[in-house]
Amino acid sequence: MENQPPPFFKRGPAPLALLSFYVALSVALLVVDARMQALEVVRQAVSLFTQPVQQLAHLPAQSIASAGDYFVSLAHLRGENARLQQARMEKATTLLRTQQLEAENDRLRKLLGVRERQQARGQVAQILYAARDPYTRRIVIDKGQQDQVVAGLPVIDDAGVVGQVTRVFPFVAEVTLITDKEQAVPVQIVRTGQRSVVFGLGNGQLELRYLPANADVQNGDVLVTSGLDGIFLPGFPVARVVHVERDTSYSFARIFCMPLAGVENFSEVMVLDQRPPVVLPAELAQETGRETKPLKASSARKKRLRRE
Amino acid sequence: MQTSYRSSARILLPVRPWFIGCSLAVALLLNLLPTSLWTGLPDWLALLLVFWSVREPRRVGMGLAFLCGIAMDVADASLLGQHALAYVLAVYGGGSLSRRILWFPLGQQALHVFPLLLLVQLVQVAVRTVAGADFPGFGYFLGPLLATLLWPVLTFLLLLPQHQPADHDANRPL
Repeated sequence: MENQPPPFFKRGPAPLALLSFYVALSVALLVVDARMQALEVVRQAVSLFTQPVQQLAHLPAQSIASAGDYFVSLAHLRGENARLQQARMEKATTLLRTQQLEAENDRLRKLLGVRERQQARGQVAQILYAARDPYTRRIVIDKGQQDQVVAGLPVIDDAGVVGQVTRVFPFVAEVTLITDKEQAVPVQIVRTGQRSVVFGLGNGQLELRYLPANADVQNGDVLVTSGLDGIFLPGFPVARVVHVERDTSYSFARIFCMPLAGVENFSEVMVLDQRPPVVLPAELAQETGRETKPLKASSARKKRLRRE
Repeated sequence: MQTSYRSSARILLPVRPWFIGCSLAVALLLNLLPTSLWTGLPDWLALLLVFWSVREPRRVGMGLAFLCGIAMDVADASLLGQHALAYVLAVYGGGSLSRRILWFPLGQQALHVFPLLLLVQLVQVAVRTVAGADFPGFGYFLGPLLATLLWPVLTFLLLLPQHQPADHDANRPL
């Protein structure tokens, strides 16, 4: 005790001790976040401070964009208007008939005693920006906990499935795109009715995995959601097959697809409401002796969702 | 402020703490600009943290680096602790090499800083690779190179507030 140096040069703990403390803390955070996903509350708390800074950082880009909108030429707008009118007229015939077909479908379903199809409902959200992380494909939308967005909701645009909400903050939410490496969507091939799961590749493409090398898949086949996951409603377009590689040395074909939705573009999207839970018949529920929550029971449930 | 043989020949005023804070805030803002489409932009926050840890190792330490890293992680939607770990290691390096680095002229200082900034990117790649992500391409390592080239400019700009003389003389221009 008597040999301690005088407290003239107090500099706190030694740098190496501090370093090991902070490194241990970071590694602990990393492990907890990557393996257990138990830090969403911390994230939401910190986001309250970072979100205003992010909005401030996006102001210049937004003002440039709005200035660009202001100076858009009249001719351009006229052309766009004419194009839209034409597209509307072209679609009108199909749309008019769709209403009649839906009514007819409802009647027939009632006749057959099949449960009625669920209507898709949701809220329109604006894409704010793409997340800066170069390892993942994510976008941030302007709807969050305040708008009753919860993790797991499907997100679509006018052409097809965009992705799934994976992280919710008070005012914004993160959407993992279907092209992300960890995202999977259960799909059905429209032409043949074959069901499978399509995985993101991380480079803007998707891959249809685990189909045998002689599977009936052609270029141009359209994939729609199969609805088996209990999350996406069935029938939303997801992707189009662009390339099929059949190598006899592998037991599976390599099937590459391009997303149909403007997944990597900036536009407006729609966050669909949660699907109502599928109720098992009473005898089945007793047999399994479990809760009949479809999100828990569904076998095709996403890897990502398991974390939430 | 350490004076050394050529790097800062003139004696500088002491740095104002609020200036460090403001420069770090601006760096965070620059990092969050919607520039995710352009790879190879420098990580401004890492650069500023290394700069201040070299210049003022007593004021900018690993605690501040850790907090900045957590803020970046949340804003960036990356794994929590990824930037924090990288920044803490870089600031430790900067702080412990500070006396050596400041002895050199600016060009050679930049050469010392390059490995520190490269370490920031390498740590992040390592963390994400372990977590199961793909390699993001070599454009990812262009940022430290650009930041290294910016080092002399940055040193000049950030030390400007410390260049004024302590006693103002009305008859002297600077």
